[in-house]
Amino acid sequence: MSALFEQIFQVGFLAAIIRIATPLAFATLGEMFSERAGVLNLGIEGIMLLSAMTGFTATSLSGSLWLGVLVAMLTGALMGALHALFTVALGLSQHVCGIGVTLFSSGLAYFLYRLIFGQQSVPPSIKGFQTLPIPVLSDIPVLGPAVFNQFSLVYMAIIAIPLAAFVLYRTPWGLSVRMVGENPRAADSAGVGVIATRFQAVILGGALMGLAGAFLSMAQFNAFTFGVVSGRGWVAIALVVFGRWDPWRSAGAALLFAFVDALQLRMQASGLGHIPYEAFLMLPFIFTIVAMAVMSRNAVAPSALLKPFRREER
Amino acid sequence: MFRLEARTSTPAWFNLALPLLAIGATLILCSGLIALAGAGVVEAYGVMFSASLGDSYAITETLVRATPMIFTGLAVAIAFRAKFWNIGAEGQLLAGAVASCAVGAIPMPGPLAMLLMALAGAAAGAAVALVPATLRVKFKVDDVVSSLLLNSVIFYALMALIEGPWKDSFSGYPISPPIEDSANFPVLLEGTRLHLGVVAALIAAPLIWFLIVRTTLGFRIRVTGENPEAARYGGIHVERVLISTALFSGALAGLAGVGEVGGVHFQVMSDISPGYGYSGIVVAMLARLNPLGVVPAAIFLAAVMTGAEAMSRATGVPAFLSDVIQGTALLAMLVALLFTAYRIRRVGVAK
Repeated sequence: MSALFEQIFQVGFLAAIIRIATPLAFATLGEMFSERAGVLNLGIEGIMLLSAMTGFTATSLSGSLWLGVLVAMLTGALMGALHALFTVALGLSQHVCGIGVTLFSSGLAYFLYRLIFGQQSVPPSIKGFQTLPIPVLSDIPVLGPAVFNQFSLVYMAIIAIPLAAFVLYRTPWGLSVRMVGENPRAADSAGVGVIATRFQAVILGGALMGLAGAFLSMAQFNAFTFGVVSGRGWVAIALVVFGRWDPWRSAGAALLFAFVDALQLRMQASGLGHIPYEAFLMLPFIFTIVAMAVMSRNAVAPSALLKPFRREER
Repeated sequence: MFRLEARTSTPAWFNLALPLLAIGATLILCSGLIALAGAGVVEAYGVMFSASLGDSYAITETLVRATPMIFTGLAVAIAFRAKFWNIGAEGQLLAGAVASCAVGAIPMPGPLAMLLMALAGAAAGAAVALVPATLRVKFKVDDVVSSLLLNSVIFYALMALIEGPWKDSFSGYPISPPIEDSANFPVLLEGTRLHLGVVAALIAAPLIWFLIVRTTLGFRIRVTGENPEAARYGGIHVERVLISTALFSGALAGLAGVGEVGGVHFQVMSDISPGYGYSGIVVAMLARLNPLGVVPAAIFLAAVMTGAEAMSRATGVPAFLSDVIQGTALLAMLVALLFTAYRIRRVGVAK
């Protein structure tokens, strides 16, 4: 057991947690904005994959990492707009559209990647983001090298969490988002544009999912593979529920999941555990399903989630 | 000026026209990608068609590919009829595959093995589907998210099996031991892969149609889906109907896994399903949740999948076009379904 504790309190382990949590934090915040406005976006898995592909491609062709990030975010925003077009403007069922967006985006990602790069035995890679130590802060023992010697995208995630909370709880736009997610009819009466606000929230959410995809192909793996997302989008769906639709709690949930994931990677590498690593990977999903059952007594989901809004219908 | 107007009823020919409209729109939209890849659109679709439906062997291959999607399509169709949002057909399929593989590995007479494989697979799928249904009925947990998340749980359970106790000790590959030869589903046409499961799927579709349209349970399923309050008022035990629907739905998805183990792969591996559970949603929507429509819808998707590989070899267009077609078809169908709720009316400009 003591060997295990030594493993845990290594700097490398803490840094790994932060790194694993970053794409999940972006994706979870993105899904949270969308759901707070009343739109479940099951397109997340595909949107992350397509963004990972377009960001990687843009960087690979231009040599600019930040152009790649921008392209990935625009891709995510565009697919968010597509999902909003179907679910918000046309009022189609959110879960089926979400699956449609995921199937479409993943298919498009595979197709375009194969078209651009062809079939190669060694997948092309890029020189991805390098760690960027922050002066002074990175000299703090343990915490410094773990948190302040990371990719710039990690710092963006750390800033994004309080920013998301501020936007959601302290700005007029955030209030509109929460209103159209809780009671669109009342929001409409109060002069809030329900359709417009939902569109904006889903598009912002898509851009954040795009950022998550960019992190995977441009900082974590420095290549695009068909398994680059491998269920992280679904994890984000679970984390939003587990984090009770709150930016802080959702980010905390992402960190907790990253801890479990990093732990299972360590145990696999060191051959310490006799428990199959898949058991750990299952945990967030099982926890979330149990949490949903427990939480259902005090409903915390946005009341208008999954419900399309049509002004003329009562 | 045009105006959207609510429709009260939809003509019967919509059932055929809407999917055809959606598929037509999909093929037109996706022709842009073929052109982008520098191939002739007509040639590419032509190869796709002839390689999947052009000769009798191709047709049998397409039918083999369609079989799991007929089952998952039926699973989704019956669930969505009751508005039980089962997004978990993928996990239920995997559970069915694992259960039938476990049973098929036990030495016993062939027919008995096949029967028990089907029963075990159906039971496993039903057991998985029971989880989101029970959570919804007892705890009011959203079935969309819970059934979706269960897919990941089942997938990792399968991985734990084939990388753990089931791992091939010779090669070290994460694949399960094969089922007994006697448990392999018989091939119905010499020289093809057309197996017993294909016939089972083709029989299952009219049976499920009969269940939904002609039986009391089917009536309850439809009323529960269309108007749960009215159903409750009419004395229907809505919760019980949801549970029954989930059991049927999960069992059908489980049978999709049984067919893949018994008729195609004879063992379980991590990629035994390239997303047949999600394809089932596309199939069911194209079929407008009609079990009889599930068969042609599944054959269409299967034809696209088998045809895409040949098209890729002949024209260089990536075979992943079939994935794009699948997603586009689902979205196009959803848009087409708007015509069932609304009609476009020409109206004079208001003065």
